[in-house]
Amino acid sequence: MSDESDAEATARALGLTGSAARKTSEQVIGWILFLCGSLSILTTIGIIVVLIEQAFEFFLEASPIDFLFGTTWTALFKDGEFGVLPLVTATLLVGVLSMCVAIPLGLMAAIYLSEYASPRVRAVLKPFLELLAGIPTIVYGYFALTFINPEVVRRIFPDAQVYNVLSASIAVGIMVLPMVASLSEDSLRAVPSALREAAYGLGATKFEVATQVVVPAALSGVIASFILAISRAVGETMIVALAAGSRAQMNFNPLEGAQTMTAYVVQVVSGDVVAGSTVYKSLFAVGLLLFLMTLLMNIISQWFVARFREEYQ
Amino acid sequence: MISVPGVNDEPVVFGESSQVDRRNRTATVFRYIFFASTIFGILALGTLLWTVIDKGWDWLSWGLITNAPSRKPELAGLNSALFGTIWVISLTILMAFPVGVGAAIYLEEYAPKNRWTKLLQVNISNLAGVPSVVYGLLGLGIFVEIMQIGRVVLAGALTMALLSLPVIIIAGQESLRAVPLSLRQAAYAVGATRWQVVRHHVLPAAFPGILTGTILAISRAIGETAPLLVVGAASYIATRPTGFMDSYTALPIQIYNWTARPQAEFKELAAAGIIVLLVLLLTMNSVAIIVRQRFTNKARW
Repeated sequence: MSDESDAEATARALGLTGSAARKTSEQVIGWILFLCGSLSILTTIGIIVVLIEQAFEFFLEASPIDFLFGTTWTALFKDGEFGVLPLVTATLLVGVLSMCVAIPLGLMAAIYLSEYASPRVRAVLKPFLELLAGIPTIVYGYFALTFINPEVVRRIFPDAQVYNVLSASIAVGIMVLPMVASLSEDSLRAVPSALREAAYGLGATKFEVATQVVVPAALSGVIASFILAISRAVGETMIVALAAGSRAQMNFNPLEGAQTMTAYVVQVVSGDVVAGSTVYKSLFAVGLLLFLMTLLMNIISQWFVARFREEYQ
Repeated sequence: MISVPGVNDEPVVFGESSQVDRRNRTATVFRYIFFASTIFGILALGTLLWTVIDKGWDWLSWGLITNAPSRKPELAGLNSALFGTIWVISLTILMAFPVGVGAAIYLEEYAPKNRWTKLLQVNISNLAGVPSVVYGLLGLGIFVEIMQIGRVVLAGALTMALLSLPVIIIAGQESLRAVPLSLRQAAYAVGATRWQVVRHHVLPAAFPGILTGTILAISRAIGETAPLLVVGAASYIATRPTGFMDSYTALPIQIYNWTARPQAEFKELAAAGIIVLLVLLLTMNSVAIIVRQRFTNKARW
C-alpha cells in the first residue's frame, strides 16, 4: 500500500514501528483486504464473460440481425424464431407504465416529506415507506395477481385479459415508488434553505417555492432517481413473471398479456432446459441485452448525481 | 385598492386580490394532493398486508411449517423450503459477511486514492444496480455449468453472496466513514499499526452500522426468488437439505410455485407462505433496529 498516513510516517521517523514479523503480518492483512476489494471486479468480469461467451455461441446459431430486429419470438417452439423485439417492447411498456405510477406519486411524496411534513409527521411516515421498500418482489407479484388484477384492473376494464401488462405495471410502480420518494427527498433536502427564503421573501406561496424553486434546484438528483427507478423496473422479474403473462408478442395494449425479457428467463428455467441447447444460450443473449440496458441507465443516473453534487458543494 | 401605472396603464391590484386568492387556493389544494401521494404508499402497503392476511390466515398451522410440499393443499407445507432457505442464507452470510467487511475496510482504510480505487468504487455501485436475475445467469454459467457444482445449496449460496456483496460493502463503507478521524489519529499517535488501528478502534466503533447493513442486505436476499430459480432451486423437493451439496428449494420459490398454480386453495396457501416469509423478515429487521439502538447509545462523539 503505497500511501501511508502522516501518523504512520511520523511513527516510522521516531523509530516506533514494530518488529519485522509484525510488518509481514501487516502486509499479509493488507493483501487479503485488497483481494476482498478486488473480488467485485472479478464479479463484473464474470458477468460480462459468461453473458458474452454464451451469447456469442447463441449468435452462431441464430443471426444477431434477426435477434435484434426480428419481431417474432417463438423460442420454445420447434424451429422457433428468435426476434427479441417483442420481449423488449413488453419490457419497455412495463417500464413506462410503472413510471406513470411511481414518478408522480414518488415525487409528490418526496415534496411532501421534504417541504411540508413536520419532523414528527415525517418520523411517522418515513418508516412505512421503508417497510414498503423491504417487501420481497414475489409478494408484489402475488398482490398483482390476487388483488390489483381482479379488484382494480378488471373492475375498471372488464375486457382485460387474465394476465395483463397493466396490473403487473401497477405493482412494479408501487414497488419502486419508495425508491423514487426517498432518493428524490434526499436531493430536495440538500437544496440550501437560502433559496427557499429568498423565494418566500418575494411573496411566493409554499407550493410555488416547492415546485418553482426547490424541485428545479434539485432537478438532476430527482431525474437520477427516476432513471434508477426505470432501471429497477426493467430488471424486475417475479412480478412480471406472475402477472404479465407468458405470451411473447408485439403488443402495446396494456390490457393484454405480454412477456418481458426477465419473464422469458423465468419461463425457460422453470421448465427443463438442457444446458448447451439454443434455448439455453438464448437466456444469456437476452440477459446480456438486459444487463447492457440497465447498465446504461445506471451510468446516466450516476452522471446526473455527479452534476448535482458539483452544484451545491 | 392601490393603482400602479403599468405598461398599458392597467391597474395592478395588491392586497385581497383574486390573483393572490387563486395562488393561495392552489397552494392549499396541492398541500392535500402531496399529502395524499404520501399516504398512497402506506395505503398500498396496508392493502397488500390485508390481502395476504385475509387469504392466508386460515391456512396458518403447524402443519404448514412441518409438512413437506404435497399435491393436496391441505397436506402441503413448506418445511423443506424453510430449511432450504436457512441453509442457503447461512452459507451466504458465512461467505458474504467477511468478504464484504474486508472490501469495505480496504476501500475506506487501506486503498490509495488512485484510478484503481475509483474503478473499484464505480464498479461496486454499478454491481448494486445489476438486476438480480442477471446474477442468476452468472451463477448458472459459472457455478452450475463451468465449475460443475450442480443445482445444489452451494451454487445458490455463492450466487446470493455475490448478489449481497455490493450492498454489504456500501453499508460497511458508510459506517466506517462515520467513525471520526481523531480516533484513528489517537491510535496512530501511540504507535499502533494500520491493522491495529482498524481492528481495535475503527472496526468496533463501526460494527453496529456494519451489522445493521448486513442484516438488511441478508433480509433482501431471503426474499430474492429470481436468481435462485435460475441457478436451479428445484420446484418440488420433499426432503430438507442435509449438506451444502444437496438439491434444495427455498421459501420464495415455494410461494412462487403455489401462486402460479390455478387452484384457489394453493393461492391461499401461498398467502400463508408469504405470512411466514414476512414474519421472518420482520424479525430480522427488528433485530437490526435493536442492534442499532443498543450500540449507538454506547458510543457517541
